Amino acid sequence: MQDVLHSAGVQAGHILDLWRLMLGVCAVVFAAVLLAFLWAVLRAPRAGRDTSPDLSALQHNEPRLLRRVAWATALSTLLLFGLVGASVWTDRALAQLPLHGALHVRVTAHQWWWDLQYDDAEPSRIFTTANELHVPVGRPVILTLLSDDVIHSFWVPSLAGKKDLIPGRTAQLQFRADRAGTYRGQCAEFCGAQHARMAFRVIAEEPAAYEAWAARQRQPAAPPADALRQRGQQLFLAGTCVMCHNVGGTDATGRRAPDLTHLGSRQTLAAGTLPNAPEPLAAWIRDPQSHKPGTNMPGHDYSPEDMQALVAWLRGLE
Amino acid sequence: MSRRPLFLPVITAAALALLLAGCERETRGWRVAPHVPAAASRPAGSALAPGPGASTASAPAAGLPSAAASVVVPMQRIANRYEGNAYAVSQGKRWYRWYNCNGCHSNGGGGMGPALMDAQWLYGSAPAQVAASIVQGRPNGMPSFAGRIPDEHVWQLVAYVRSMSGLVRADVAPGRSDSLSPGWEPETRREPATPRNAPPPTAPASG
Repeated sequence: MQDVLHSAGVQAGHILDLWRLMLGVCAVVFAAVLLAFLWAVLRAPRAGRDTSPDLSALQHNEPRLLRRVAWATALSTLLLFGLVGASVWTDRALAQLPLHGALHVRVTAHQWWWDLQYDDAEPSRIFTTANELHVPVGRPVILTLLSDDVIHSFWVPSLAGKKDLIPGRTAQLQFRADRAGTYRGQCAEFCGAQHARMAFRVIAEEPAAYEAWAARQRQPAAPPADALRQRGQQLFLAGTCVMCHNVGGTDATGRRAPDLTHLGSRQTLAAGTLPNAPEPLAAWIRDPQSHKPGTNMPGHDYSPEDMQALVAWLRGLE
Repeated sequence: MSRRPLFLPVITAAALALLLAGCERETRGWRVAPHVPAAASRPAGSALAPGPGASTASAPAAGLPSAAASVVVPMQRIANRYEGNAYAVSQGKRWYRWYNCNGCHSNGGGGMGPALMDAQWLYGSAPAQVAASIVQGRPNGMPSFAGRIPDEHVWQLVAYVRSMSGLVRADVAPGRSDSLSPGWEPETRREPATPRNAPPPTAPASG
């Protein structure tokens, strides 16, 4: 799922080619150095059990020493320049991804989750989600990378190289997914206690499926259908949740924590920490610190009935 | 000659002692409860609906610190266990922005709400009094955050608010935000200060 060696996009393909070239060159050099070392060891004068070593070979200088060292230096320099050239050429190839009709997504990294805002020329079509980046296959994606607190790094090994998100700076990353699938991404710059649990998923799907998903995401949350979910919504809106979370179509408009408008349609909770299912969701709400110590989400000790209602409502936000 | 062999061990021991003194100076408690009496974390009511804590809550609205202190002596004995902990105070700074305290109090200099970095406390400077201001709200605009901010966040906020006027140890108080620097971007502030339009006003030093 997260594999540099199985590229699913043209950008990751370029990087993989460069990696293979470097691996090949370095492997050949490594083998040559080892062979030379082995040869030197084997031809060195050595003593038998009872005889002293024959040191006559050490009496005269190594023949053609200067010429051999010069050749080795020249060859190493040439190889290194070759690798530099390949690196520059790969960088140029990465920059030449055709961006016509690209999808624009604004990625804001937080400790420790990803805020994803799908931009659109028409403001009413902009929507926000978290930790799950859906992209259409074959269409270039331009990510605008921002950070809310410390330096993070956006990395989906199967699709593109990594890029840092630096507070106060704006970075850009372009990629294109050429094969449908789910690809794991990960923060690649140490960003605090839960850096390891700052994952996300890129879900590349056919354009029609993507458009259907985006159309659903643009809708506000559906009103609660039954009494249990109504109770859950009341609990959410009357408590501390609304201070940080946003649920479209309700009074909850917090912007400090992941958007929950369509939480039920996501695969994981807390940036890949837990699977999105009723029990983990209840456990997460009750005591987030035991699953992700240091997270900014406070625990909420609801009664079992209240928790059931709250989870039912949140799971129903699809 | 007799002092020479002692020199190295003494220096090494001193260096080790210095290093060890830095160990476990402070731990990040992910789950440190504020541990305050319920009466202090939820001091009840107002003059219209006096609760169990009515005697402490009915401090004169515009009372000077001394006047308020005479009424609420018991609250001043309640310590805030977050105040010696740099992590907790910096979390308080985070909540200060998250819960939009800066919407009225700005970065401590005050705006719609009173300044928090000066020495004036309308409702007392003790941790429990500041907590009561946050939880209960105060007349003339301070809303009540009861049920909206979890207790541990309230008390971390209290520690940060008190740090702004220097009531918390200086080595624990968080630094000033990058966004307050007079430069255009955080990384440009080391350049020579040549103002492009007008010289920026000198920012007041935070506690």
